[in-house]
Amino acid sequence: MVHAVSNVDLQVEAGEFFTLLGPSGSGKTTCLRMIGGFTLPTSGRIEIAGEDVSLQPPYARPINTVFQDYALFPHMTVLDNVAYGLMVRGVDRKTREAKANFLLETMQLPDAAQRKPAQLSGGQRQRVALARALINEPKVLLLDEPLGALDLKLREQMQSELKSLQRRLGITFIFVTHDQHEALSMSDRIGVFNKGRIEQIATPDALYHRPSTRFVAEFVGAANVLEGKDAQRFGHTGTVMIRPEQITMLFGDTNPSDQTSQTGAAHQAMGTVKEVQFFGSFWRTSVQCHEAGAHFLVDVPLQPGKAAPELGSMARLFWNANSIHTISPAVAQHKP
Amino acid sequence: MKNPSIKIADRLSNLLYIRRGLLLGVLLAPPLLWFSIVYLGSLLSLLANSFFRLDDFTGQIVREVGLGNFIEIFSPTNLDVALRSTTMSIAVTAACIAIGFPIAYYMARHARGYQKALLYVAIMLPLWSSYVVRLYAWKLLLAKEGAISWVMQSLHAQWLLDGLLALPVLGGSSLSFSPMGTFIVFVYMWLPFMILPIQAAIERIPGSYLEASSDLGARPSQSFWQVVWPLAMPGVAAGSIFTFSLTLGDYIIPQVIGNSTLYIGQVVFRQQGVAGNLPFAAAFSLVPIVIIAVYLYLAKRKGAFDAL
Repeated sequence: MVHAVSNVDLQVEAGEFFTLLGPSGSGKTTCLRMIGGFTLPTSGRIEIAGEDVSLQPPYARPINTVFQDYALFPHMTVLDNVAYGLMVRGVDRKTREAKANFLLETMQLPDAAQRKPAQLSGGQRQRVALARALINEPKVLLLDEPLGALDLKLREQMQSELKSLQRRLGITFIFVTHDQHEALSMSDRIGVFNKGRIEQIATPDALYHRPSTRFVAEFVGAANVLEGKDAQRFGHTGTVMIRPEQITMLFGDTNPSDQTSQTGAAHQAMGTVKEVQFFGSFWRTSVQCHEAGAHFLVDVPLQPGKAAPELGSMARLFWNANSIHTISPAVAQHKP
Repeated sequence: MKNPSIKIADRLSNLLYIRRGLLLGVLLAPPLLWFSIVYLGSLLSLLANSFFRLDDFTGQIVREVGLGNFIEIFSPTNLDVALRSTTMSIAVTAACIAIGFPIAYYMARHARGYQKALLYVAIMLPLWSSYVVRLYAWKLLLAKEGAISWVMQSLHAQWLLDGLLALPVLGGSSLSFSPMGTFIVFVYMWLPFMILPIQAAIERIPGSYLEASSDLGARPSQSFWQVVWPLAMPGVAAGSIFTFSLTLGDYIIPQVIGNSTLYIGQVVFRQQGVAGNLPFAAAFSLVPIVIIAVYLYLAKRKGAFDAL
């Protein structure tokens, strides 16, 4: 028997924006589907506000879902789609349409009511799906990669709209994504999934600065992870991590000791620039280290009058002791 | 060293690439010609024929336009035939939907792998053998001394069969000589034509629609009537056109199984084959066309094709 997820112990607070983050196939969607009731757990319990719902069907749970493909009913108008949750509960037409219209206005879609989902753009469909999921005033709203199909600009706009909507409504949001930027920018807390297990649950800030495993360090943001001998070579022990923006890079033949005093850095390395990527506000530079086999990713901020790092040029890297995060004091045991 | 034939082929394919309409025209011309001449042409000639009349004395077709044939359709005997055929078609269609829908639903949503292949074969297999052979096989099954009667006797349920056969309009001396038997064989014959389109329609419904419906608080029965049924409707409509028109047009099944009351197909067959009255046969064969047109119009008004 293969378990899609196992030993997941999650506690989401009321009114929290909680994100399940992980690569595809890591079990985050399975976890969401178990909360929604679409997949039944083979063992364990799911409680909502203290009530055990583990074996309840989806229609009995105080939860609603925004599906990845939105799952809007193509044969119904937008209004009927939004009012569906009230219709199946036997609410009369006048009341349910008034509420649906109100929600459509909240979602800035007042003119779409009589249209069919096929006549809407991706962003509009997303809002309709959101309005439809909110009409029953769920205790928990599940969002399964709802922004995946939108283009970047719209996605960023929807991120901030979703966040402000959640704050305004005070509903618990459980959000699934594989996009770490999305997770970091929206969530109160994030649970990082890997191979069907939770690696770490933490606030975005803690996750970024104090990852508890190598996987988290490398999945959330870019990271330089040094292990064993590599770490020792630079005077660290165990498994340590340095974020690319924490490393200062200098070029040229100035006296190394001058630079050390100039930057006040405790650690340094020499290397050759192998790759430069332009990211707008910085250059992400890949430096091949001379002393050890290690590669370093270094983010070089753009400064007026300063040219881009040149490929093949010699670079000197500096970092402070306090920019080092020790993931584990001993060499991390790789999980089988 | 250039091969001239390759060069010509290149230029031709270039031409077809640049002028897409040309390719479309070349590809569409043969089927369109076939369609317009053989399909529409024969239909139009049928329509034209229905306005002519047969000279009773000489047996010649008089090419004079008149409505005599259409008036004759409304004579009590002919109206009776049309009504009986329509009733039978509606009953067969309803039974095919009732039996076919669950099978189609199971095939589309639950069956996987070899199970699905097996179901496909089971549904298609009867279509691979001759329809007349299967019809006579049914005659044996339904006969007074046939298998069904024997099973009923063994189960001490002969009274049930006798009771059914004693029913006024539907009964008869045995299943193979009653409208009930005709109905059973019609349903058997046309069932695959109902299952396949419904199955295709249900297959196109994403699972997330049902999950969304359930998520929003709909019980399974509500999800079925609000989501599955309307989205499967185009398939049901397509299937019912098949079963409806096949039943309306068939003249072999009611001839072999049933009492000797006539159906539209038989009347058309006799009029043009035995009596040589092509104009009246043509007029009478417009009846199914009109009935199906009315049915489609009603289905469309009820929103059967909204999901297309």
